[in-house]
Order: sequence, then structure tokens, then C-alpha cells
Amino acid sequence: MRTLLRSLLLGLLMFAGVVAAQAIDPLPFKDHAEEVRFQSLTRELRCLVCQNENLADSNADLARDLRHEVFELMQQGKSDEEIKQYLVERYSDFVLYDPPVKSSTLLLWFGPLAILLAGAVVVVVTVRRRSRVVPATVADDKSTDEGDDW
Amino acid sequence: MSRLLPFFGFLLLVALFGFGIWWNTQHDQREVPSPLINKPAPAFVLPQLDDPTQTVSRDALLGKPYLINVFASWCVACGEEHPVLMADGKSIGVPIIGYNYKDAPDDAKAWLAQHGNPYDMVIVDQQGRTAIDFGVYGAPESFLVDGKGIIRYKRIGPLTPEVIEQELKPAIAALKKEAP
Repeated sequence: MRTLLRSLLLGLLMFAGVVAAQAIDPLPFKDHAEEVRFQSLTRELRCLVCQNENLADSNADLARDLRHEVFELMQQGKSDEEIKQYLVERYSDFVLYDPPVKSSTLLLWFGPLAILLAGAVVVVVTVRRRSRVVPATVADDKSTDEGDDW
Repeated sequence: MSRLLPFFGFLLLVALFGFGIWWNTQHDQREVPSPLINKPAPAFVLPQLDDPTQTVSRDALLGKPYLINVFASWCVACGEEHPVLMADGKSIGVPIIGYNYKDAPDDAKAWLAQHGNPYDMVIVDQQGRTAIDFGVYGAPESFLVDGKGIIRYKRIGPLTPEVIEQELKPAIAALKKEAP
């Protein structure tokens, strides 16, 4: 009786474990560190089907396939860079949420900085010009503003 | 003149905005450029739909250009593309290989029996593993592969009569000119 109860309890526990794992994605990680690495890697990769979602969050069929692919490559001992490269070879830089710096992305990377610098130049030039003009107008104002209550 | 400067700035922004709208009506935002163009097609060995004991490999297909058309019975856009392939498929001048993607073979057979079979051969990738090597992310997709096994053209989304006339046929003509 006791052994029966124990095996029943054990079975229930195992079932609970399966259900909990199923809720995320049934991937057999060997330890927590591996799972953390998997999660952070798939968060940096874009789902091709629903392009505003990353691989970690997406429910799309292809995203699931690619998660399994990433997992398998991790099992083969591939580094994060190698896994990214593997996906880029197939799906182009588009899979990366962090676009690499190269000639076609120079504008993307440095455009905002260039605009900021241009703005700074405009501000400096304007301020300089005004500081040269203002004393003259102040002097002008003095002559016309005589008798003003202010 | 300097008073009008903000107005010109505004006009510039309006022009930029208009350009953005125009650009997005001309381009499919979901379209991901394939890095496989002008690269060798990935090696594959896949069973045929009619007879799963017979496999087809990339190397066995070397020598003549062909078009791989990724389809599935569950794919709505494939249903839109299908009549086009039925009508124009024979006229493009290269064999069309149906690539049955993540589909139940029985469903695929029923679908082809119902709508007609425009393919010279159908290969099956039920798991979708080889499709990852091809960079497939949605059906339908089409790949034009030349006699050396190099992918020369890719179409994401359904082939339409316009796409066939304006893109696919010129690409095939270019292939034939190279290797008569």
C-alpha cells in the first residue's frame, strides 16, 4: 500500500514537472546557466514571421523551429556568435535586433550623431551672430526707448 | 528670408514624410532580402510526395535550372498563387519543383488532387528543417536555381502574372543566355 502510494505520488510529481516545462518550451536544458544563455540569445534574435517580436517571445511556428535550432546548436557547443552567424547566413542581418556596423548601416548608426552635431553648429553660429548684433540693438534701443516707463 | 526658414524646414519634413509613405507603398516591409542569392543552394535530401522511398537531392538536380516553389495546403496565399502556376507554369521554360513545407503528406496530396498539380515533382519537408537552410520564413516562396546549383532569384510571397513576366522570366532568360 505504501509503495503504491509512493509511486503514485512520484508519478504525479513528474507529471507536474512536465506541465510546468510545457508552459514555456519543452527544451531539456542541462542547467540553469544554459537556460539563461538560451533566453538572452533568443531575445536578441528577431522572429521573421511576426517581425516585431523576438524569438524568445514569439508563438509562431517558425519561431519555435528556430528556437529548437538554436538549442541544438548550443548543444553542439557553438558560441553565441557562431549561432548568430548561422542564422544571418540564412535570414540576413534582419534576424539581429542589433544591426552590425557596416557601410549600409553607417547612416543608421551615425546619422543621429551627425544631425546632433549639425544642430550644435547651427546653435553656436546663431549665438555668436546674436552676441555680435545684440550690443548694437541695445544701443539702438537706448536711443529710442528714452522716456519709456520700463 | 530668415523668417521663411522654419517654413522651408516644415516643407522639408513634409517631403520626407511623403517620401516615406511612397516608399512603403512600393516595398513590402515584411520582405527580408535573402543572403542566399548568388550563393549555392543548401544541400538537401528530401523524399518525394508520391513515393517517400525515393529521395531527391540538390546534387541530383545539378545540370539544369529549376524553380523551387514552397507551398503548403494550410497556406492561404499558396491558394491564391496556385491558379497562376497552373496557367503560366508551363510557359516559364524550367521545371517547377514543389516544396511541400510543414504539411501532412495526405493533406498535400488531397490539395493537389483538388486544385491540380502544376509541379514536375514534389518534395516533402514535413519538419521544416531543410527550409531553415533555405531561409524560408513563410509560404509561398520561390527560388530559381541554375544548373550549377546557385540560387539566382528569390520571390517571397505569391508569384503573380506580373511578377512572372517582369522578374522571373527575365531571370530565366539571363540563365539561358549564360549557358545555352
